[in-house]
Amino acid sequence: MASPSNNPPLLEVKNLRVEFPTRRGTLLAVDDVSFDIAPGEVLGVVGESGAGKSLTGNAIIGLLEPPGRIAGGEIRLEGRRIDNLPYEEMRKVRGARIGAIFQDPLTSLNPLYSIGRQLVETIQTHLPLSAAEARTRALGLLKEVGIPGAESRIDHYPHQFSGGMRQRVVIALALCAGPRLIVADEPTTALDVSIQAQIIALLKRLCREHGTAVMLVTHDMGVIAETADRVAVMYAGRIAEIGPVRDVVKHAKHPYTKGLMGSIPSLGVRTERLTQIDGAMPRLTEIPKGCAFNPRCTERGSRCLVERPDLMAAGTSRAACWLHDRGGVGVPIPKETVDA
Amino acid sequence: MPDGSTGQFVRLSGLKRYFDVSAPWLVRALEGRPRQIVQAVDGIDIEIAKGETFSLVGESGCGKSTVARLVVGLYPPTAGTIEFDGNDMAGRHSRSDMAALRRRMQMIFQDPYASLNPRWRVFDIIAEPIRAFDLAKDKADLRKRVEDLLRQVKLTPADGRKFPHEFSGGQRQRVSIARALASQPEFLVCDEPTSALDVSVQAQILNLMVDLQRRFGLTYLFISHNLAVVYHISTRVGVMYLGRLVEVAPTETLFTRPKHPYTRMLLDTIPDLDMTGRQRAPVAGEVPSPINPPSGCTFHPRCPFANDRCKAERPMPLAIDGGTVACHAIEEGRLAVEERTYVANS
Amino acid sequence: MAASGGSGWLHRVADSDVWWSFKSSPMTVAAAVATILIVALAFLSPILAPHTPFDPATLSLSDGLKPPVLISPDGDWAFPLGTDDQGRDVLSSIMYGTRLSLVVSLAAVAVAMVLGIALGLVSGYFGGAVDAVIMRVADVQLTFPAILVALLIDGVVRGIISVKRHDEIAIFVVVGAIGLSFWVSYARTVRGSVMVERNKEYVQAARVIGLSPLLIMVRHVLPNVTGPVLVIATLNLGLAVITEATLSFLGVGLPSTEPSLGTLIRLGNEVLQSGDWWITVFPGVTLAALGLAVNLLGDWLRDALNPKLR
Repeated sequence: MASPSNNPPLLEVKNLRVEFPTRRGTLLAVDDVSFDIAPGEVLGVVGESGAGKSLTGNAIIGLLEPPGRIAGGEIRLEGRRIDNLPYEEMRKVRGARIGAIFQDPLTSLNPLYSIGRQLVETIQTHLPLSAAEARTRALGLLKEVGIPGAESRIDHYPHQFSGGMRQRVVIALALCAGPRLIVADEPTTALDVSIQAQIIALLKRLCREHGTAVMLVTHDMGVIAETADRVAVMYAGRIAEIGPVRDVVKHAKHPYTKGLMGSIPSLGVRTERLTQIDGAMPRLTEIPKGCAFNPRCTERGSRCLVERPDLMAAGTSRAACWLHDRGGVGVPIPKETVDA
Repeated sequence: MPDGSTGQFVRLSGLKRYFDVSAPWLVRALEGRPRQIVQAVDGIDIEIAKGETFSLVGESGCGKSTVARLVVGLYPPTAGTIEFDGNDMAGRHSRSDMAALRRRMQMIFQDPYASLNPRWRVFDIIAEPIRAFDLAKDKADLRKRVEDLLRQVKLTPADGRKFPHEFSGGQRQRVSIARALASQPEFLVCDEPTSALDVSVQAQILNLMVDLQRRFGLTYLFISHNLAVVYHISTRVGVMYLGRLVEVAPTETLFTRPKHPYTRMLLDTIPDLDMTGRQRAPVAGEVPSPINPPSGCTFHPRCPFANDRCKAERPMPLAIDGGTVACHAIEEGRLAVEERTYVANS
Repeated sequence: MAASGGSGWLHRVADSDVWWSFKSSPMTVAAAVATILIVALAFLSPILAPHTPFDPATLSLSDGLKPPVLISPDGDWAFPLGTDDQGRDVLSSIMYGTRLSLVVSLAAVAVAMVLGIALGLVSGYFGGAVDAVIMRVADVQLTFPAILVALLIDGVVRGIISVKRHDEIAIFVVVGAIGLSFWVSYARTVRGSVMVERNKEYVQAARVIGLSPLLIMVRHVLPNVTGPVLVIATLNLGLAVITEATLSFLGVGLPSTEPSLGTLIRLGNEVLQSGDWWITVFPGVTLAALGLAVNLLGDWLRDALNPKLR
């Protein structure tokens, strides 16, 4: 693991809860999530849509969309609590200490300003630089993210760039003030496969060179496998499993992770049928008692129906599953055979 | 099988579809702008045998979805013919003959949220093709057919009373498949049917499609950008780039002995889950605009093996190793065929 | 979102987001109550009204110009809101007049809706030259306000037929004039929605089955554009009531033998200078209340059906 105990973590998330009040009662979208990110580490967060992975990322950068709100727990960046900062304070932290990259590069860029102006403004907001110095830095960043002909393209507008180039500009924008952490939410999902590889390689290189830590939120296990040091697998608002990426991918400990890995078609062996997890992730309104995964689980026992497991040691990883508890799952209960 | 001229079930020859994306006439006249034509599909030939799964892969904008829509008749082709079981789809057909042909080919769409009418109950959605083609004897027969279809896609007859918004994405895609099967088709065009779904749900849908193919002897034209999915489901694969087919080959051949430089590039971009140390090779450049495609071989600006001939002359498909490749470098023997192996994921 | 199928439509309504947004807006509830009250009083006027003000046999000049009871000791409880110079009960006149105003407005909105939806559907689904022609006509139509259109039609009709016949068909002239001037907003909205819906995959799925464009429009597209149409219809109803009143006030609307709210205001206005204010003020207040209430309902409906504001 990348964080030895004497090295304080860069980001600490403890017992984070995110709620959505609705007229039918409050929905708990992120439920008691805790993890650390060490300086320079890439933590992947995977899960299916609705698992709460994007909300966790948004909570950290302080951009939860109302009526969503942090209902409990704390988030510390370099030891300082950031979950309860007033909006203006948080805005400063967000530009200077945390950078953000979103799925659609168009939403992160103002279509009315040239990219140079947006970069210069962001740099000057967070760093005490003159306009000329800021422009030099902006140019340097554009070259670093691989925009060909940066000198001529700096005054172009977002619509004059292709999708892949735009995402490079967004990365430059996130790096403006030299942040310690970048939260990247599905940064490659909107891009073509050949461009995805370019962006991932770029992100990896920049973080290595700058020592920036990354929280990489995505549904794409392939992206995680190639990029992340550690990975957290989320299911129904909770972390199901967290550990070094190699161990999670190759030797998953939680039945959900096992199923998830098996359901990804892979090259090499062509099987008639893919492994599939029957059913679907429950809606937030219908999370079952006990372990949220139990209705779809092939290894469940009586204990899984009543008692909710917390993360516990499972080899080099930690998994929220009674299989790894000394007490076990109790009396095995076969999964109902009806799928869907 | 009725006696088709070639024995092929579906046959596309010289298929082209251009779109006019020019500004309105007045704007063009005032600003002196030329007409702009997108060559979405620029002359492709495909033959699909009965019972096989033919996949079309490529990046966004390569024209693969346009091919799907041309085949089911959502667009008329600019040039070329589509033959289905020996019948030219553009030929003269009586109304009832045309309906009989349409009944035999159906389509599954990408977005399960947009492909079901939100105001209709699932029962009526699935019943629509049965009613349109007048397949049910009476009300009881209609009900029985719809309930059977629901069960075939692993839903329950009670789900017929619900509205689409009461279902998850995967369940909606099942409804969509049930609707496509309602007219008892033999040929299904599937346009990225799983790309909007989560992986575990994708596995369910792919398995369902394989089961249904086996049960009903279906033929699939499968459109996807996901090479791993294509590898899993296809009999043969066609690779498209800027409206043209650059390579067609049986699946195993395409993945282990790729020939066209673009195919090799695409294979390089598949994420490596096995972490065998194989690095995803980032490829330089992006897909050019199909409005002004490069001359000669449209791939030449990104191709490491391009020479002057590639810039000037459009390569024609060349039969090789059980498939076809459109590449001068392969034809001239400048580029050797590469062998690839993959390590199985336990 | 409903997790399971509800029991009956009443349950579904009570469970819906629209009902919830209605309940949580006191202003909207008040507007709805006011609208229902006014509409009920208007349409039940033959039963509820104390007098039948336009039957000359029941009128007596000795009842003329009585002030409202609550204002003056000269009032008569038989005529709670007073009477006009002919001895007609103002309250009953308002009830009958409101009924007429509502009938005219509803008919006008219906005309505009049918015309607008049909043209909008055709325009949006087929596009091209058909669309261009319809939309240019709409542009031209927009430059003429309703009153001008009504004056135009009324003028032409007057030129063609006798004054006596004119009174008989006046109601159709008003309905036609308002209907004609309102269709554009429906056509534009429907056209926009159709252009969005027609590219959705469920419409393509219907085309793959081989359904005719007409069937696709009626079965698939139309039900999905009803939301915005309903909003415009509600907002238009308020506008139609006021336009009708304006036309009648200007003397090109309904004749004084069949007075609508606007006609009542005009008639009262003629005697306003002599201090008999109640003859014009009470119909005016009714008109304002009806217009405001219906508009508030329309505003709420627009917001409630807009997913972005939810």
